[in-house]
Amino acid sequence: MKAAVLVFPGSNREGDVAQAIELVSGRKPQMVWHGDADLPKVDLIVVPGGFSYGDYLRCGAMAAQSPVMGEVKRRAGQGVPVLGICNGFQIVTEAGLLPGTLMRNAHLKFVCADVHLKVETSQSLFTSRYQAGQVIRVPVAHAEGNYFADDETLKRLEDRGQIAFRYCAPDGTVDGTGNPNGSIRDIAGVFNETKTVMGLMPHPENAVEPMFGGTDGKALFEGLVEALT
Amino acid sequence: MSVADETSPPVRLPNEPAITPQIVAEHGLSPEEYQRALAIMGRTPTMVELGIFSAMWSEHCSYKSSKVWLKKLPTKAPWVIQGPGENAGVIDIGDGQAAVFKMESHNHPSYIEPYQGAATGVGGILRDVFTMGARPVANLNALRFGDPAHPRTRHLVSGVVAGIGGYGNCMGIPTVGGETNFHPAYNGNILVNAMTVGIAPADRIFYAAAAGLGNPLVYVGSKTGRDGIHGATMSSAEFNEDSESKRPTVQVGDPFVEKLLLEACMELMATDAIVAIQDMGAAGLTSSSFEMAAKGGLGVFVELDKVPMRETGMNPYELMLSESQERMLMVLKPGREELARKIFEKWELDFAVIGRLTDTQRMVLSWHGDIVGNIPIPPLVTEAPMYERPWTPTPLPAVLDAADVPAPEDWRASLLALMGCPDLASKAWIWHQYDHLIMGNTAIRPQDGDAALVRVPASASASHKGLAMTSDCTPRYVQAHPETGGRQAVAEAWRNITAVGARPLAVTDNMNFGNPQKPEIMGQFAGAIMGMAEACATLDFPVVSGNVSLYNETEGRPILPTPTIGAVGVIPDIAKAVGSRLTQAGLGIVLIGETAGWLGQSLYLREICGREEGAPPPVDLAAERRNGDFVRAQIEAGRVRACHDLSDGGLLVALAEMCIAGGTGMEVSLPPGLAVPRHAFLYGEDQARYVVATGCVDDLLEAATTAGVPAMALGYSGGPSLVIRDVLSLALSDIRTAHEAWLPTYMNATE
Repeated sequence: MKAAVLVFPGSNREGDVAQAIELVSGRKPQMVWHGDADLPKVDLIVVPGGFSYGDYLRCGAMAAQSPVMGEVKRRAGQGVPVLGICNGFQIVTEAGLLPGTLMRNAHLKFVCADVHLKVETSQSLFTSRYQAGQVIRVPVAHAEGNYFADDETLKRLEDRGQIAFRYCAPDGTVDGTGNPNGSIRDIAGVFNETKTVMGLMPHPENAVEPMFGGTDGKALFEGLVEALT
Repeated sequence: MSVADETSPPVRLPNEPAITPQIVAEHGLSPEEYQRALAIMGRTPTMVELGIFSAMWSEHCSYKSSKVWLKKLPTKAPWVIQGPGENAGVIDIGDGQAAVFKMESHNHPSYIEPYQGAATGVGGILRDVFTMGARPVANLNALRFGDPAHPRTRHLVSGVVAGIGGYGNCMGIPTVGGETNFHPAYNGNILVNAMTVGIAPADRIFYAAAAGLGNPLVYVGSKTGRDGIHGATMSSAEFNEDSESKRPTVQVGDPFVEKLLLEACMELMATDAIVAIQDMGAAGLTSSSFEMAAKGGLGVFVELDKVPMRETGMNPYELMLSESQERMLMVLKPGREELARKIFEKWELDFAVIGRLTDTQRMVLSWHGDIVGNIPIPPLVTEAPMYERPWTPTPLPAVLDAADVPAPEDWRASLLALMGCPDLASKAWIWHQYDHLIMGNTAIRPQDGDAALVRVPASASASHKGLAMTSDCTPRYVQAHPETGGRQAVAEAWRNITAVGARPLAVTDNMNFGNPQKPEIMGQFAGAIMGMAEACATLDFPVVSGNVSLYNETEGRPILPTPTIGAVGVIPDIAKAVGSRLTQAGLGIVLIGETAGWLGQSLYLREICGREEGAPPPVDLAAERRNGDFVRAQIEAGRVRACHDLSDGGLLVALAEMCIAGGTGMEVSLPPGLAVPRHAFLYGEDQARYVVATGCVDDLLEAATTAGVPAMALGYSGGPSLVIRDVLSLALSDIRTAHEAWLPTYMNATE
């Protein structure tokens, strides 16, 4: 699998995701500077976590307008898989690749903690190595991960199976108790209509080694490697 | 500009006020110090020159009250690459790698404006570390707030924590550890001590000493604004009710720009362009240019009109004294300016050649062609005021007999009260606001072990080493007897590094005290230093960097003396490290070290009996060393599953913490024929002790006997409760509720 990881000036989890991809695929992804005109031909584009352009305005709003994102949109349109994590989720959402928006956490504070996620479907490139209904433990680290979409959009997302992950209790109950940020319907990650673009707030890349946060995030990358190699 | 011009006396700017005794006093210089400045100058200084004297001779920059004492600290060991005197200390951690670290206070600014004060404290200490060529890999912080009931405390906690998180999270550096205490003595002066640890190739450390006549002096980073002017002087004075009006002296941070600055500096440091580099921290351009020239034995010519400015109408005085953040000063090799400029332009940062090195040993400032300042450099350093302030030692209080302290009326209630008291209650509300996982190397998270532990990245070997870090001080011990307290702070830091299995290597100290002009405060300082020096020497734990914050007083009331000890250690194979969480049933619970039942200055005495008295627990450094080396060897041998040092709250609190952290209970018994009262055994704060959980009790006890280390099997892990036979039985869920509820409840209350 050839992967590219975008690097904005304020990206700061690009190293974490690159490390995870290398661990699973045995191959270093290409790091692509936001100002570089050419995006290499790759099997997967990753928009990593961080504070893209400082994000003093609205997270990801400026990054979504950057030249490289224009190219990412074009590739996504051709079916190249795009994975947006945390700030990357905010950016791809701002860029219109995914529905909805990410607001300030309901409690208004940054939160870094392990959360439990219920895998909603295994029918995607990103979740094929999980079972539908499986509960995994991965961390979050964000101040603006409160997902919101209007009722009509939510209905469409649910009808078409575009919800990827929901926050849940350790036993898998989805009732708001495991929700760290106030996201509507406990949504932690969503797909586009073709399920070739996925955005999520949690950090599977920080859960790929037993001593460093567990291994529940590893299957996400394993699934991608399997599908895209 | 000719050399002749550089030696000419400065012109006075239009509207420049005459130097009056009042202006001198406003600059924090005593009449004697001003006379000294006049003698050096041979004439009346200009305003900008006076400002430079004021900043360089402030307590913050000159260490004039503390220097004679700081010299007593041991600073050398075979693994020390750079001791105190640079931006940060540097130690060799093997495999060609060095750890670069320092702790620094931002107390005064954080009280005045908590968010920005704390944020820029983090920004400043990060710059100190990456200035030396190290990529920061971990942040820690030691916070002291006033009485929770004080009307300002909640606001200060909220702002400081958000500020620390806001800066560190954006920079992408994990904040992995620290400590937070509350005491009324900090009502008017909170403490915000921030520590950064970075990793660099051991042969690629960058220093501040300028070299190379004619080499360009380069300014990079943010533009200079009017914020933070006289921060160094402000933080060298006591607070009074007017301090609120000093808010403009607090700097405003921009972590995004600092992130760019970090990456740009790292990129430039990979080339051969840099001769010397220094961050602009306290006293900004003044202190950075002065220190670079002084350390290199050179002069410096600065064209102030070339400094990138945030607003129009700024004058030389403001430019020299601004503490705008996210700025660096560098000396480059000749001809490397364009290479450097390209890198900084890529990161969209300002870059300006603002001067050059000279052989005059003078700092000469020009402003649109006029000389506006001309100061000889060496005398400002060599003739800086240095005080041997009078001091009175703090007498050792009478030892409190455990028999004079009542046993708890209700054991369960006493443990729940202690676990939920502000000093011991879970600080999860705080550290959940810090990204402690970024970089993917965090092996021991906050609250999961006595020290934070991160994997050292880019290690070529198959087994990765781990860097253990901690921050410790027990101010109530230091207050009761500074020498014992200083010794204890070092010993506890050493113990915490040991408890995860790492070898303690070196210390950074952050000395927070009151007004040094009071002999009893100076006595606290002197006592603490003597205790620390002895402990550091005995434990082979040299001090490699540090910071002093004095005048932490409000209207004459000083803080508790707080010599915060930041420490770093290494474990060669991180897979062998242990935390303090008890996650497995059937393990033997063993107490290591001697228990005399010391209740003087204990948390039990304060929280349950409402008394703050007695001598603090004595620290037997030989026993510390012996017991610690034993525990570390047992961890190395793979016999230990969990380990926790005993400190605040003693044995019972340590056992409760291990249980709730790992979700496993235990059942233990007190030894038969106990020579001390049960509450002294369970709540006493004797030093040099650990609790370990082990699968091989007999082997461990036998090894302890051989090593001459006191060790005692207490019982076994398992079950949903903490059971001390004949004393108490408490469900872990009840302990956890008491432990976790206090801080969020307090912070969520409206008033």
